[in-house]
Amino acid sequence: MSTTYAMRDSMTMLRRNLKHARRYPSMTISIVAMPVLMLLLFVYVFGGALGAGIELPGGGSGGRGDYTNFVAPGILLMAATAGAVSTAVSVCTDMTEGIINRFRTMSISRSSVLTGHVVGNVIQTMISLALVIGVALLVGFRPNATVVEWLAALGILALLAFGLSWLSAAIGLGSSSVEAASNAPMPLTFLPFLGSAIVPPESMPVGLRWFAEYQPFTPMTDTLRGLLMGTEIGDSAWLALGWGVVLSVLGFLWARSAFHREAKI
Amino acid sequence: MSAATERMAPPQGIRAVGLRKSYGEKVVLDGIDLHVQAGTIFALLGPNGAGKTTTVQILSTLIAADAGEATVAGHSLERSADAVRARIGVTGQFAAVDGLLTAEENMLLMADLHHLDRAEGKRRTAELLRQFELADVAGKMASTFSGGMRRKLDLAMTLVGNPSLIFLDEPTTGLDPRSRRTMWHLIQQLTAQGVTIFLTTQYLEEADRLADRIAVLDQGRIVAEGTADELKRRIPGGHIRLQFSDVLSLDAASRRLELDEGARDEEKLTLQIPSDGSIPALRAVLDLLEGAGVSADALTVHTPDLDDVFLALTGDGSRHHATTVPGPADTAQEARR
Repeated sequence: MSTTYAMRDSMTMLRRNLKHARRYPSMTISIVAMPVLMLLLFVYVFGGALGAGIELPGGGSGGRGDYTNFVAPGILLMAATAGAVSTAVSVCTDMTEGIINRFRTMSISRSSVLTGHVVGNVIQTMISLALVIGVALLVGFRPNATVVEWLAALGILALLAFGLSWLSAAIGLGSSSVEAASNAPMPLTFLPFLGSAIVPPESMPVGLRWFAEYQPFTPMTDTLRGLLMGTEIGDSAWLALGWGVVLSVLGFLWARSAFHREAKI
Repeated sequence: MSAATERMAPPQGIRAVGLRKSYGEKVVLDGIDLHVQAGTIFALLGPNGAGKTTTVQILSTLIAADAGEATVAGHSLERSADAVRARIGVTGQFAAVDGLLTAEENMLLMADLHHLDRAEGKRRTAELLRQFELADVAGKMASTFSGGMRRKLDLAMTLVGNPSLIFLDEPTTGLDPRSRRTMWHLIQQLTAQGVTIFLTTQYLEEADRLADRIAVLDQGRIVAEGTADELKRRIPGGHIRLQFSDVLSLDAASRRLELDEGARDEEKLTLQIPSDGSIPALRAVLDLLEGAGVSADALTVHTPDLDDVFLALTGDGSRHHATTVPGPADTAQEARR
């Protein structure tokens, strides 16, 4: 019985958050704008030089077109990250609003508040991903993925968004102000740069290269690229899934304990 | 107000023993006992920082006490917090409404969270919005509401779940006088339906007007408890004030009434005579004056009000920050904020 109530309460909270997202589209717009600008920057400004100067894993002649195919999956990952970390802002805003104390004194499923935020954010992120994919196709991204591969790619992105949303929900709960909540997860959005999203890690200096090879975004990027462009995936898929699950579990546990901690005066 | 007590089958009120709470070094609640009878209005009165909000937060399951026990609405806070939550409603100091939703959506959100079915939720929403005179603005975003409207919506949202006990943490702080009166009226209507109300306030007038019983909280301790009349009786403060036109009459009257220096105010030409303000006491004073051939310009009777009680109980010399005790002037400022 309590499980049905938990589901029902989570759905109620999800509807509430989606209504917020519809009324406050500025957040969604900024989530879409950042990766789109990055995409345009890397394709049109750096694309020619990078395409010619780097040995791309997919082979190819090394022009702007090949680089677009290389960088687009990385940009999608960035978009998923940017979308997910905005959970911190929406959660923190909620915490400062006073309505959260009302929820806490009601006989409702305690986790439904956060579940509503996280699931709402994943949906919002997937919508903005669709827009970013659209723009990528317009600027020359030519994936050769089958329907199944597309679904798998979206699954990886959704899993990443889910894990990072929980993580940033926890960050939002721990932040003293909305500004802090918006800044705190910023480093996460830069992690794709320090992986294989923009250039292959082989081109980096040793220390950075070591970091790039072992951080969670690299296997995710490689898996995504493999699914969409047909490059080699290897054990990246398992690593990507593993990281996604680990991030989700850690984020969930952290967020839950932060939420259950006493209200501050 | 107390008529409701007899009419309703009693859902139990609040019984708390030895509640303590500190944050680090700072002791916020220093062992307080509370007893609130079901169906009554209980006011916890105290200056800012006395621990009122902390008390509400503990009793409404928001935070845990460091020590002490309490049953709220018939259930133990510690053992069955969720059963308590199912029976209480809380309207906090800062309106807990969702600014990005309309008034109606806010109400329906509450209906959903109380697991009412759709039709029942709609019916209850419409009924409460009408009762709170918010029906006209039902489709407006709550963020566009004035303070008074937000507070009304807040209370209406609290009522969606039909709570048997409602916590109102400073329900009228920051409201203009008219909205305050509206809130008072709404609160009084609630007790007519048998709801128990636990109210915190820093306004003496509010406690006097609404509460069946009042506890005065100061620096984490209950310093007095009783009905408004009982509290007023506890402290001296009633007096008759006589106004004279010159110092000569003032002196003559003062001699005749055998008053000491403290009773005279030479600048204002007034005398202050301790008295309960009853007719015989007044007549005795006037007779004495007439016997001495002195006439006063004006006479005013001052009976002790809760202000006197409050200041006497919370504003003693041992307090360093006496300025935080809200006098009438402070109160007016608060209201404007």
